Amino acid sequence: MTAIPFTPAIRAPRLAVPAVTTGLALLLAAMACLSLSIGASGLLPWELFTRDLNPAERAILLDIRLPRLILGMLVGAALAVSGALMQGLFRNPLADPGLVGVGAGAGLGAVIAIVLGGVMPAAVQAVTGMYMVSLFAFFGGWATTLILYRVASLRGHTSIATMLLAGIVLGALAGAATGILIYLADDNQLRDLTFWGLGSLAGANWVKVWAAAPVLIAGLAAAPFLARGLNAMALGEAVARHLGVPVEAVKRGAILAVAAMTGASVAVSGGIGFVGIVVPHILRLAIGPDHRTLLPAAALFGATLLIGADTFSRVVVAPAELPIGIIMALIGAPVFLWILLARRATMEI
Amino acid sequence: MLLAADLGASLGGRDVLHGVEFEARPGHITAIVGPNGSGKTTLLRRLTRDLPGPGSISLDGVRLADLSPRQLALRRAVLPQATAVGFPFTLREIVRMGHEAGHAAHLPGIVEAAVEEVGLSAKIDGFFQDMSGGEQARGHLARVRAQVWQARRAEYPCWLFVDEPVASLDIGHQLQVMSVLRRFADAGGGVVAVMHDLNLTAMHADRMVLMAEGRIAAAGRPAEVMTDPLLSGAYRCQLCVNTAPPGGIWLLPQAARLG
Repeated sequence: MTAIPFTPAIRAPRLAVPAVTTGLALLLAAMACLSLSIGASGLLPWELFTRDLNPAERAILLDIRLPRLILGMLVGAALAVSGALMQGLFRNPLADPGLVGVGAGAGLGAVIAIVLGGVMPAAVQAVTGMYMVSLFAFFGGWATTLILYRVASLRGHTSIATMLLAGIVLGALAGAATGILIYLADDNQLRDLTFWGLGSLAGANWVKVWAAAPVLIAGLAAAPFLARGLNAMALGEAVARHLGVPVEAVKRGAILAVAAMTGASVAVSGGIGFVGIVVPHILRLAIGPDHRTLLPAAALFGATLLIGADTFSRVVVAPAELPIGIIMALIGAPVFLWILLARRATMEI
Repeated sequence: MLLAADLGASLGGRDVLHGVEFEARPGHITAIVGPNGSGKTTLLRRLTRDLPGPGSISLDGVRLADLSPRQLALRRAVLPQATAVGFPFTLREIVRMGHEAGHAAHLPGIVEAAVEEVGLSAKIDGFFQDMSGGEQARGHLARVRAQVWQARRAEYPCWLFVDEPVASLDIGHQLQVMSVLRRFADAGGGVVAVMHDLNLTAMHADRMVLMAEGRIAAAGRPAEVMTDPLLSGAYRCQLCVNTAPPGGIWLLPQAARLG
């Protein structure tokens, strides 16, 4: 055997998986209650059961806060799980759909749907209906992930540098195309685009929930089936095959799931970055890299983090709102830098 | 019985394996030896189907092409030359991957037993990436052992394909690894090993296959293959095989190069 490079990385004593998962579930429940309770009207969610609410108050709870909470949980879970899947696929803790251009690709798809949706053939509009933005975002994300994987992987090994650089290039390309479309957009579309581009859950309503939820739930439900395969792929594709893993199917599944979840998330909430980096990274330190426990925990933690950030975004500059994308970048960028510094000694560039 | 006929392979447009006929029996350690670039690893990668190419391979009467990855994983485990681990898994988690992929997945205690067999019990809950190169190599051996824990099953024997399993080890651990392979073969399993160390091979292999320039130059019992003309021809240097102690074989390479 040739010598295997000694690769120290960030380490911490592991915590018990059941305790962490239960803790995260409780935290999510608590954060959900908090999120439902906080708002300009001062209404509390249990007033729904303790007294007769007038229609406006009911609408605040059931048609504004509740869909926003559900969308936030789904998007948070999907972003965190997408990040974990992508990191497993690339065998690299720095891979994140938002960072390597997949988010930008999905964004381009969404912008195409927003700007050009009106001039698309009636048949396309009829078939896609309210799912059009999600679908286009999905195809944008899927195409980007596919290109990225083809570019960055050679014989089952992924170059960190190639992946990040290819991600920058693809992101720039998608950004340029998005720019051209924004240039072409009319005033109404521009308002939509600007609002959407900052990344926010403020536009949440039941239509968006129904449009995104099936895709996000399908992606989240598919993820556990990829877990064993992704564990084995941490040893390389050839070894995974020797361990009985249908490697090509796992890769295709992971790419599809990442594209679907990133696409749907971007379509309903714009570009919210770093959830996919921060959540899996902290959880790998806490409970280890086994995807069978990492993925469910990432879903819980991602959901908690996103609705937490959303609640904070509504409180910190109330009655205005800070776009959640800004908050996540403020949390996420330092964590990313932390990973980078810890890995600096061994990064192969 | 592992039977391969007419195996070929090309790397980067160059043919590196030509019409190789290969067989290996369960219960034997079959060692593939030869100089650098003679096609040892290529042959092993053809036998494990990591590399596509012409030729047919069957394992105990079943064509390899007819087995799914899952079915193959139940019959044989493969240890490549080097395996880098992508995330901070512990040794226990790495070995468990082999255990869960194999036919003994339902049996308890195998992960611990496999780690014990390679002498790493004290590090079982340590991070794999923190272990030395030699320890990692033994850790991966424990993983493939856990995958084919029972060397022989009712329906078929199990197989281990290992590529230079002792290359990064000191002599004590070389002997330990060879005895792990020996026990597996003695229990009815088949071992196909690419080896560099001719002395170690002569001590432990039941059968040797000497490769030179992408072809099999000689095959047979160590005493048949470890002869001055065969080794000198294949390695292109003057080699002199000595026998000591009686029955054993060891080698003294001589300085003069041929040609």
